[in-house]
Amino acid sequence: MTNSKNAVLVLEDGTFYEGRSFGAAATTPGEIVFITSMTGYQEMLTDPSFAGQIVVPTYSLIGNYGINDSDFESCKIQVRGFVVREYCEVPSHWQKKTTLDEYLKASGIPGLSGIDTRSLTRHIRSLGVMMGMISSELSVAECMRELKKIPTYGVTDFVREVSTDHKYAWANEEKRPIKYKVAIVDTGLRYNIARILARLGCAVTVLPAATPPAEIMKLKPDGIVLSPGPGDPALLGDIIGNIKELLGKVPIMGICLGHQLIGRALGADTFKLKFGHRGANHPVRDLETGRIHITTQNHGYAIALETLKGGLEVSHINLNDGTVEGLRHNRLPIISIQYHSEGSPGPQDNVYLFERFVDMLKERK
Amino acid sequence: MTKPSKVLVIGSGPIIIGQAAEFDYAGTQACKSLREEGIITVLVNSNPATIMTDQGIADIVYIEPLTVDVVSRIIARERPDGLLPTLGGQTGLNLAVELAEAGILEKYNVRMLGTPLESIKQAEERSLFKKLIQDIGEPIPESTTVNSVEEAVKFSKELGLPLIIRPSFTLGGTGGGIARTIDELKSIVTNGLASSMTHQVLVERCLFGWKELEYEVMRDAANNCITICNMENIDPMGIHTGDSIVVAPSQTLTDKEYQMLRSASLKIIRALGIEGGCNIQFALTPSPLVAAKWAPDQLNPKQSEYYVIEVNPRVSRSSALASKATGYPIARVAAKIAVGKRLDEIPNKVTGKTMAAFEPALDYCVVKIPRWPFDKFITGDRTLGTQMKATGEVMAIDRCFEAALQKAIRSLEFGKKSLLWEGAGWGKDGTLDSYPLYPNDLRLWAIMAALRRGKSVEDISVHTGIDPWFIYKARNIVDMEKRLLAEPLSRNLLWEAKRLGFSDSQIGTLADRLPDQVRDQREEWQLRPVYKMVDTCAAEFDAETPYFYSTYEEENEAEPLDAQKALVIGSGPIRIGQGIEFDYCSVHSAWALQEAGYKSIMVNSNPETVSTDFDTSDRLYFEALDEESVRNIIQNESTLGNRFISCPSIVQFGGQTAINLAESLASNGLSIIGSSAEAIDIAEDRRRFESFLNGLGIPQPPGAGITSIKEALNTAAMLKYPVLVRPSYVLGGQAMEIVTSDEELTKYMTRALDLGSKHPVLIDKYFEGKEVEVDAICDGTDVLIPGIMEHIERAGVHSGDSIAVYPGINLTTMEVDTLVDYTVRMALGLKVRGLMNVQFVIMPGEHHEGSSVYVIEVNPRASRTIPFISKVTGIPMVRLATKVMLGISLKEQGYSTGLYKKQRLVGIKAPVFSMSKLIGVDTYLGPEMKSTGEVMGIDHNFESAMAKALMAAGLILPPKGTMLFSIADKNKNEALPIISGFYAQGYHLYATEGTAAMIKSHGMEVTAIEKKLSEGSPDIIDIINSGTIVGIVNTITGGRVALQDGFHIRRTAVERRIPCFTSLDTARAALRALTHSKGTYNVKPLPDYLG
Repeated sequence: MTNSKNAVLVLEDGTFYEGRSFGAAATTPGEIVFITSMTGYQEMLTDPSFAGQIVVPTYSLIGNYGINDSDFESCKIQVRGFVVREYCEVPSHWQKKTTLDEYLKASGIPGLSGIDTRSLTRHIRSLGVMMGMISSELSVAECMRELKKIPTYGVTDFVREVSTDHKYAWANEEKRPIKYKVAIVDTGLRYNIARILARLGCAVTVLPAATPPAEIMKLKPDGIVLSPGPGDPALLGDIIGNIKELLGKVPIMGICLGHQLIGRALGADTFKLKFGHRGANHPVRDLETGRIHITTQNHGYAIALETLKGGLEVSHINLNDGTVEGLRHNRLPIISIQYHSEGSPGPQDNVYLFERFVDMLKERK
Repeated sequence: MTKPSKVLVIGSGPIIIGQAAEFDYAGTQACKSLREEGIITVLVNSNPATIMTDQGIADIVYIEPLTVDVVSRIIARERPDGLLPTLGGQTGLNLAVELAEAGILEKYNVRMLGTPLESIKQAEERSLFKKLIQDIGEPIPESTTVNSVEEAVKFSKELGLPLIIRPSFTLGGTGGGIARTIDELKSIVTNGLASSMTHQVLVERCLFGWKELEYEVMRDAANNCITICNMENIDPMGIHTGDSIVVAPSQTLTDKEYQMLRSASLKIIRALGIEGGCNIQFALTPSPLVAAKWAPDQLNPKQSEYYVIEVNPRVSRSSALASKATGYPIARVAAKIAVGKRLDEIPNKVTGKTMAAFEPALDYCVVKIPRWPFDKFITGDRTLGTQMKATGEVMAIDRCFEAALQKAIRSLEFGKKSLLWEGAGWGKDGTLDSYPLYPNDLRLWAIMAALRRGKSVEDISVHTGIDPWFIYKARNIVDMEKRLLAEPLSRNLLWEAKRLGFSDSQIGTLADRLPDQVRDQREEWQLRPVYKMVDTCAAEFDAETPYFYSTYEEENEAEPLDAQKALVIGSGPIRIGQGIEFDYCSVHSAWALQEAGYKSIMVNSNPETVSTDFDTSDRLYFEALDEESVRNIIQNESTLGNRFISCPSIVQFGGQTAINLAESLASNGLSIIGSSAEAIDIAEDRRRFESFLNGLGIPQPPGAGITSIKEALNTAAMLKYPVLVRPSYVLGGQAMEIVTSDEELTKYMTRALDLGSKHPVLIDKYFEGKEVEVDAICDGTDVLIPGIMEHIERAGVHSGDSIAVYPGINLTTMEVDTLVDYTVRMALGLKVRGLMNVQFVIMPGEHHEGSSVYVIEVNPRASRTIPFISKVTGIPMVRLATKVMLGISLKEQGYSTGLYKKQRLVGIKAPVFSMSKLIGVDTYLGPEMKSTGEVMGIDHNFESAMAKALMAAGLILPPKGTMLFSIADKNKNEALPIISGFYAQGYHLYATEGTAAMIKSHGMEVTAIEKKLSEGSPDIIDIINSGTIVGIVNTITGGRVALQDGFHIRRTAVERRIPCFTSLDTARAALRALTHSKGTYNVKPLPDYLG
């Protein structure tokens, strides 16, 4: 193994980091974001919310347990690129099927290793997220030129890229009796949402993001889940229009992007956070119980508290920066959370929210 | 819950194996934390060498024995409304339980704060614990609690062997073990029953080879729960976690596994109702390689399986490690929770922005390695198991595992043992078995050696049960070693080697250069380490914590402090001879710097200590204490752009570790404040010191510094045996011996030369006189002597193992004057700036002449007795000394030359040993230090103070019973009055044959034990084991020749927890305490004694 540098990460402000290429040898642009979860890189890689982004785990040793058959959150790698301090060449785990490097290679996704990811994280933290480019082919100057040409993350609708193109039923491996039918609008579904709902006795149907409301209602769902997903919710006017029609018809749970879409459907504004919330350690207060829950988060946009209207009330807030973390409607059966109650990666402390949702289904039945 | 107004905090007592400096750290943080809440804190601890027992940490401080009687009296006097039991280790916890059970807490209306008593019992009592865990549906290994050996054997028939045995209510795994055969089972259960407070042991399924994980969890009364971090033991299940190499966060767990164990942890802490912190241990499905040999049923699991192993319902060694590994102050937060605060109400002092209710994110890797005492106890059993043997530990942080591991090894200060070290004969027959890969303190070196010779990662993993991930990382290190040997040293190669944690000295060895040449090359190529912050949040927030580690990366976050400042060099891992006393000194020095308007910078490698708390100094570097790291830190602190900022070092307080750096720092032009490297050298260099004393006309026992066996024999012939031999530049009497023959001397020298110190061996005439110790502060003009300490045991017993009495009790005015005169002249002559410690021996005069005072040893640095003498005299010695170093004279600080006024009290410092943990180690007192900690007894007369010291040290004799005597012939005359004394007190006497004859001839009744060992039953060991004996006096025949019977007597005493005196001096003092104190003693706050 030699360590000569052969790839580069160039940021739009001209800062660059030289390192070693791993995964696919390629050139890719994306919004640079960091995530502080220490485990769960396989889940990160396959999280559709990372579409269009180059992801930097802050933990320095990535790939230790390889890639297995069971920890996928979607059908493919969603990140545009992966930047690590060190990736593990010889992972060890009984579930291991392949290595991080091989997995990225097979998916054509470039990785960059050996750079000072903490320095990069501090840079993003102080200046905010920005576009960048990984390349093992181009020079820094060439990357800068390319970066100027491409559309920025904020104007791109990634939901179209990540949503399923066809309706499908979630294969329920649980041996529990099915009590409810739940439709998930897939704007970037993470599998664990479907897994947990199935565990709670739901028959889950996953629908393309643009499915018209009438078609959704034709399924006679007991409830609808609006999934997480990538990008700026303000770009998703058509989906927001659909949601407006669904409000009040059946219980709705919005998660992450789904939560933002509910907010916007009821007239609230969203805004872009400086460097987002990405990690598995964010404390959130449930205002109903006063309890603090540790949550998994992955979002770059948030609902502007002062713009809430249309019967929405804050149910959860972020203990660190006071941003809105959850909403409930004062009349209609609607709950939403900005974070990932499904964890994966991250704590399983918030599964209670799915239970709350299922309770809503029970009440309505 | 209403907030209490006055809280009693119980400390953990002396440092013993399994209970070290971490509880000083926890207790200190807790007291500070409670005071912030406006609560009056009352602290009790018997250990004077702690920061927590200093004025200014708690409101009211008691340095008293940790017994129910003493603490009851404190409660009666102070009337606290709360008791915080979970910060004083197992000792504090057990005492709190005893107080509750004795009805004391109820009587005085004292509320147990934090974790309720019921929870403590549920977590500690195995049967209750098992039921609770099963009730909440968590998996726990099949087990049964037994009260007898027969029950254990019966269970083994049901479940098969091997089985693991754990006694209830002990610490450090005392009395536990793994039984692979029925005989082993019987013997371990017998021991376990004896060491359990409740005469109960748990026998359970053995999960050897499974991964071992720990989670640090916190919960508040509102049921908010968080995990602070998880840690993975590199050594799999089967080795006590205190003896395991540990990495944080876990490295080989998927997120699903991580969260599975995290969820289980939260469930358990909630079920227990803990309010504060706890530590939960799990076993988890191992890698298939390991499973194939160690856990066949885990070879093809459907999903990862786990078992809950153990819960510590309190702050622990692991929580101290977790605090330092993450930056999250667990004890501080636990104390606040105990008085009713919620996690979301407690600010995170590290970020200054967020709340304590979050989970730290690490962006680095932490490695902890235990520090074992086998460099001292070469005869000790090095095998590691469920009984902890390490005295301390080191931690290192870096961005990759290899570097963290290598830095941790550099921090161990194992003599010349870099990771390149290999044992003689390893691998000689080419098989894997020829490397010591069984669990032992050298296993890591054995793994490296095997890898170097091409043994496969897989084979080593199977053999050791260590996950292949870690072995692969070790192989990366070996691969780099090979490159350094083979390739020309390019910039890129050097950079990569530094990134993997190779020291300049290791690189030098491999690339055939001197360490300094490597350093120069680095400078030329501008390869310097940068410093990254430990900020709890992986850089997500802008943190305020001044806590740094070095790494070879791009960005440096530790901009040099632009102020007057100094670097305090700490003392590294707790080991025999260099204990918590030096951490105490380092902390006080940092505080004194701040008081004087300086910024204090601390460097240390020990995660257990107060010195490595993030708010002890203005800046903390968590680094190895070797020349390279310290020079790098100074370099980093000295250059701000093109400007030079002075950053002098203080080497006086970090024990021998720090003082050993003086020479190399000075020779590299780095400034040291306080006594110069020259003064240190004069004191340490035998020849220079001799001529220095000659110049002053001060006598010392005749002797010389020698470097060969021949020289040694010649010198000994001149001096006449017995002689005292020791290497120079060591602490704790490492390898110090009294030698009585040429044969012994030759043996000693062979070994000493083997150790490979570049310094000579010192050989002195051995004077068996009265030993006296003095600590002094000198500013160049004045020499202040706060007090004189007289040792109970005569010279020949290491000063660290002697009982020291302040003020001297048997010293004539003339002797005192001489001691003061010599001390003053030596301090001035050596140009000491700061502290100096002198050991004297006083020989009685012959033919009515006056006695003679000889200087045995001078050390121009802080000594082990500094905390003790500071406490009993009320003179803050480290503060004065640090200010003296900064140029503030003693006069300016209000002191002058000479012996400070004698206090109207008697303070006694007594050593405490951890012998029950160290199988195979002889316990007799000798010139080589063996104790791990100390306690203090203080009162207004000698007898009461002595009684309290013995009480605190666990050496107090019950008022009646049977004493056993086995006295060497040479001591028989001297022993007679002691034996008569015990007889007069009404003790029954048992004695070995010769001793019994002597006793009988003096008209006392005695039971003679006729049978020597292996001459049939009942032999002496059977009698000790039968519980008849309450105390033993046993002297050894001499030298290192362990009389087999004596050795077994002493070991059995240790295992049966029977006070055993191997020095007649100690026995005499114990008798005197017994005879005169009549069990009466004072219990009052420390300042009340000082009056």
